[in-house]
Amino acid sequence: MPDFKTRIDKALGDQQLRGAVRFTADSLRTKRNAAIADLNAQAAESLSIGTFDDLRKQARAIKEHTLKHLDHYLAQAAESIRANGGTVHWAADAADVVRIAEEIVERRNAKKFIKAKSMASEEVFLNHALEAKGLEVVESDLGEYIIQLAHETPAHIVIPAIHKTRRQIADMFGEVAGRELTTDTPTLTKFARETLRKKFMAADIGVSGANFLVAETGTLCMVTNEGNGRLSTSVPPVHLAIVGMEKLVPTLEDLAVLYGLLPRSATGQKISTYFNMITGCRRPGEPDGPEELHVIFLDNGRSNILGSQYEETLMCIRCGACLNFCPVYRNIGGHAYGAIYPGPIGSVISPLLNEFEQWTDLPQASSLCGACHEACPLGIHLHEHLISLREEMVAKGKADPGFTKVMKLWMRAWRRPWLYRLLSKIGYLGMRSYATKRADGTEVATSLPGPFKAWTDTRNFPPVVRRPFHERWADLQKEGAK
Amino acid sequence: MVQGLKVSLFITCLADHFYPEVGEAVVHLLRRYGCTVDFPPNQTCCGQPAWNTGLEDEAKAFARSYIETFENSEYVVMPSGSCAGHVRYFYPQMFKDDKAMFKRACAVADKTYEFSEFMVKVLKVTDVGATFPATVVFHNNCHMQRELGVKEEPLQLLRSVKDLVLVDNPRYDLCCGFGGAFSVKMPEISTAMADERLGIYVSTKADIVVSCDGGCLMHMGGRAERQGLPVKTMHLAQLLWEGVRNSERNA
Repeated sequence: MPDFKTRIDKALGDQQLRGAVRFTADSLRTKRNAAIADLNAQAAESLSIGTFDDLRKQARAIKEHTLKHLDHYLAQAAESIRANGGTVHWAADAADVVRIAEEIVERRNAKKFIKAKSMASEEVFLNHALEAKGLEVVESDLGEYIIQLAHETPAHIVIPAIHKTRRQIADMFGEVAGRELTTDTPTLTKFARETLRKKFMAADIGVSGANFLVAETGTLCMVTNEGNGRLSTSVPPVHLAIVGMEKLVPTLEDLAVLYGLLPRSATGQKISTYFNMITGCRRPGEPDGPEELHVIFLDNGRSNILGSQYEETLMCIRCGACLNFCPVYRNIGGHAYGAIYPGPIGSVISPLLNEFEQWTDLPQASSLCGACHEACPLGIHLHEHLISLREEMVAKGKADPGFTKVMKLWMRAWRRPWLYRLLSKIGYLGMRSYATKRADGTEVATSLPGPFKAWTDTRNFPPVVRRPFHERWADLQKEGAK
Repeated sequence: MVQGLKVSLFITCLADHFYPEVGEAVVHLLRRYGCTVDFPPNQTCCGQPAWNTGLEDEAKAFARSYIETFENSEYVVMPSGSCAGHVRYFYPQMFKDDKAMFKRACAVADKTYEFSEFMVKVLKVTDVGATFPATVVFHNNCHMQRELGVKEEPLQLLRSVKDLVLVDNPRYDLCCGFGGAFSVKMPEISTAMADERLGIYVSTKADIVVSCDGGCLMHMGGRAERQGLPVKTMHLAQLLWEGVRNSERNA
């Protein structure tokens, strides 16, 4: 993978990508704001279970409690799933998931997979591993299907093909269809439906994730808009669900709160077109449904976060709102981040879930504006975690050494009043030869050396003034005494 | 209107070195409403640059200095939503494991105000009697709106200015891309953010982007000038004070 700077430059230079990302992010943001305004208006008339802030508080309490007692709820969930006829697996990492999947493949002599959208499966590179074994894996979520055809990874947690234009999608579908396709929605979805329908019917194993898993009932919950989740998990004889171990909610009542937040925050919908609640596999006497249900609880770094200062990031319900509100994401899109989870949440959890050193660039890619925290339906303090990660990088010696050294020296001097004043003089004198006069007599610097170069490459800079405020105070004081 | 308050000015290192006239405007406006203003000479910086670059020890040292300098003040006012946000929101957090310091940090945080917030909330002033013939859009500083919850106060002050047309900011939530060290560590993204932000302001047909923070003004102003965009930047305090003087001249 090219380095972060290269990835950023590539994204910033791709106007089609940036246009597509901004268009969809803005549309999702607008719909989300409207849905929340609507919810709040309903709450004012006691027509809903609460305002957005009420739900956010309740959801935090539920998630806090669940994470605190995660061992208990995992055991309860496992017991419930088994009681419903399912099999429970525990995966510490990607290799475990692949091994478990391969065991099922072998036993069932399976050849073909159909997949509902699952970020957990992306996290463990399941498609890649299965395809390497010569198995067919087909993504059935429209967005995921598009990026599978493009041989890419999701550029957004909820909208995987957010960076693609209609034209690009029509061209890709046209290539598979062997004929030219128009860019209208009915044509594109009709093509996908026709192609995928055959795949659903032929699949040996259906793979899904879960948006929630209710511990008391062992119910897998899937929020979808295309119905592909239901087909993937009910038509093939085997259903394999990969569930991040933080997805648990204790009860069905708790689920109502979290479900109240997810579609609203993700797509601005009150409810999604489909909300599947799957409790076990086919029971004796039932005519359809999978014969086997396998639930893999995935750790993959999550237990490193549990109990740490970053624990609240495990509350994330993967709605993608922080991406839609982020001024960085809207400019560079998802792939520039390089990690499976892009945007603010990705910049926080990627170094935590994976090799810390590999992702130390990501926490730097933020102006710390806090829009992510404001948008988050769980109120996760994302920008504060970015600061904590920067601290951790400095403490572990993983931060940019040159930059850190300069900052440390400057900051240590800057705190002492006499050095502060001396540096302000040096700053003034040092910028003299770079300052030019504007027509109105004020000064501007358009090209500065050293650490300021990165600024003046694209922006003008105001040179340090001859008389800073602390020197002017004496005059103001005299004036005030009058 | 409240009269006779004692106010310590925290100039902030940015205003000190780049926008001293903003500090002067704040002093004049505070005095106009009967405040006695002092300027503790030991002040330097709030330490946000250290905190945001992961230098925890250095950031705490700044916080200690600030607390020592201002804990005997009645009120501390500064012309920056970002620095005020840092003091109010992060100082107590920094010392959450040190009971005595935490108490002192909370006490000093409680009396720290951003300029427009102090004018409206404490002095109860919304109309400073300014005249300023211009079309203006207000840029919400991120930390001011999110950490301090100050959104309406600057608008209230601007709406009372005679001959000033305040246009709606269609995306009050979008950051200008400054972000302190971010602006030089990630200059490409930072500049792209400024371009988007400025593009929106140019489309509002405003002559001036007004804000309550030197960082945003420096960033947007520097980019707008480089690109030759038809929009200028100005600190709210400076606009109000110039406006007061305009009114006095007209009288």
